Amino acid sequence: MPDDPRPVILESGIPVRPSYGPEAIADLDPARDLGQPGEFPFTRGIHPLMYRARPWTMRQYAGFGTPGETNERFKFLIGHGQNALNVAFDLPTQMGLDSDDPRSEGEVGRVGMAVNTLADLETAFAEIPIEKISVSLTMNAVAAPIMAMFFVVAEKHGLALSDLRGTCQNDMLKEYIGRGAWIFPVEPAMRLIGDTIEYCARNAPKYYPVSVCGYHIRESGANPVQEIAYAFCIARAYVRLGLERGLQVDEFADRISFNFDIFGNLFEQVAKFRAARRLWARILRDEFGAKLPATMQMKMIAGGGGGGLTIEQPENNIVRGAYYALISALSGAQTMALCSFDEAYTIPTEKAALVSLRTMQILAEEMGLCDTADPLAGSYYVEWLTNEMEKRIASEIRRVDEELGGIVRAIREGAIQRAVAQQAWRHEKGLQDGSIPKVGVNRYRMEEEPQEVELHAYNPRQAEESVRRLEERRAARDPQAVGRALEAVRGSAASGANVMPSMMEAARAYASLGEITRVLREVFGEFQEPVSL
Amino acid sequence: MSRPIRILIAKPGLDGHDRGAKVVALALREAGFEVIYTGLHQTADQIVEAALEEDVDAIGVSVLSGAHLTVARKISEKLRMARAEDKVVLFGGNIPAPDIPALKAVGVHEVFPTGSRFEAIEAFIRSAVASSRGGGQHA
Repeated sequence: MPDDPRPVILESGIPVRPSYGPEAIADLDPARDLGQPGEFPFTRGIHPLMYRARPWTMRQYAGFGTPGETNERFKFLIGHGQNALNVAFDLPTQMGLDSDDPRSEGEVGRVGMAVNTLADLETAFAEIPIEKISVSLTMNAVAAPIMAMFFVVAEKHGLALSDLRGTCQNDMLKEYIGRGAWIFPVEPAMRLIGDTIEYCARNAPKYYPVSVCGYHIRESGANPVQEIAYAFCIARAYVRLGLERGLQVDEFADRISFNFDIFGNLFEQVAKFRAARRLWARILRDEFGAKLPATMQMKMIAGGGGGGLTIEQPENNIVRGAYYALISALSGAQTMALCSFDEAYTIPTEKAALVSLRTMQILAEEMGLCDTADPLAGSYYVEWLTNEMEKRIASEIRRVDEELGGIVRAIREGAIQRAVAQQAWRHEKGLQDGSIPKVGVNRYRMEEEPQEVELHAYNPRQAEESVRRLEERRAARDPQAVGRALEAVRGSAASGANVMPSMMEAARAYASLGEITRVLREVFGEFQEPVSL
Repeated sequence: MSRPIRILIAKPGLDGHDRGAKVVALALREAGFEVIYTGLHQTADQIVEAALEEDVDAIGVSVLSGAHLTVARKISEKLRMARAEDKVVLFGGNIPAPDIPALKAVGVHEVFPTGSRFEAIEAFIRSAVASSRGGGQHA
């Protein structure tokens, strides 16, 4: 072999040779390690026909301002062919604060829609056919009360809970690593997730109560191996929660889905997803004794890619988004969403959101991505890299289990947060010294670029509108029913009974999210962040 | 030799995106600064109290949600009330260029939006802290 002119090491630390041949995958047993699409270990995808039967679901993240404005954006996206919704909530809502709380000042309706009571969700989903359009709620710390409100909305749309589809993010462990919308300490936060898993398994079996997010771990700085390894450690912790409630693994584990990131080296990402599917299937079968194939299938939204977008030359992000979408399609994602080209600046404008949606539609309809499942299978390089990624992910999972005392302890003590921050810092140094190439940033930079991005205007009047709606609702509701419902929430939170029935009563009584969360804070206390760097 | 520059890296309000704050904290620590990181969800009062308690020269505030103006006004006011206007105040994060003059008008010394270079941040802090210390040498 000729001398290597340029050593290549992937973000996950894997050295790459100039070419690969049959010898690179001599130990690959296709029947054992690949199977057919739709067969164990699902390396090649979870359905036999994959996109031939149905292209991936397109689910742009949207929501801002008042529930009325959000409802309009939902209808706009659905009108242009989007077939699912991903709801963004503002920070006060994510933190369980009402719009009139002093801590909400300046944030109401800013990065998502403000929800105070059931009435707001009723408005947001007015005339949205949630029996057909599956709704994903990007909500974590107060997932239980928001899920309860959504379930009541579904009831009011005439849907039986047993038929309701949809997803709630509800992945608290990753919030302590990245994204940071935490309220309660780790143990009660886990208990709330256990309550929702158990409640859904028994009452809403088609609903996904948890979507485990490697996405935000990667966006916080993790490399692709860490992204999958930590997400799987977290997902295993949630599976154990279900088992502790007396559920059989085959009764609920197929309702835990995943949310992963798509920026970076194309082949490394595709191998990451193929390796992840194989490893998850083996974990479910070997560690948890799953019997049903559906339980072993790793279902994912693979999307976003925000960490790869640049503030410099923002229109380049349209091109990056198209490549990221290609990665997602080559990886067999069930659902896709793309960060819009202006997201480094602002909440996506209608135009930018539409460009993202069209990007996915072009890929699905013009480029042949839906014709045949797992088209990169059998590539010497891709199969070798898939093996390599699986080994490294499995080894990082073992390190968390054996050296860090398991994921819950590692997060409580800040070990994962430190590892991710260190990785983020190394990456940023690489960008600044040019050793990690980034077009427009450390290659082909243009000085004094005009900023031509249209900014999504924040309207402070929407905060007043939100407070006014809350006050009206408080005046109209039955205060005794609210008081009784909140005491029932307190009772279930303190006793260890499943909180969901009391949460649904509180939603029906139009108790506000802030009122419900205040009760939970009193019972559970607050998380003390380990701040060492 | 002057004592090392001490800086508080702060994450105010409800925004939990702390990658930038932590990365800048690690970079400044490597550059020889004494860095104190507040952790998430701090109020303006908590940030100013921590700045006084830790006797820092500078405060670096990271905001990605878009609420930077609200936060900057509050922190500046608390610093004025505490007669601690000598502290150098920096903002970083997802801050659109048109908002920078408004931030400076309420007392922010400099703004380093996403993508700013470590050496630019470091150089600015060294020079701003030197002038706020009155150029005086500490033994």
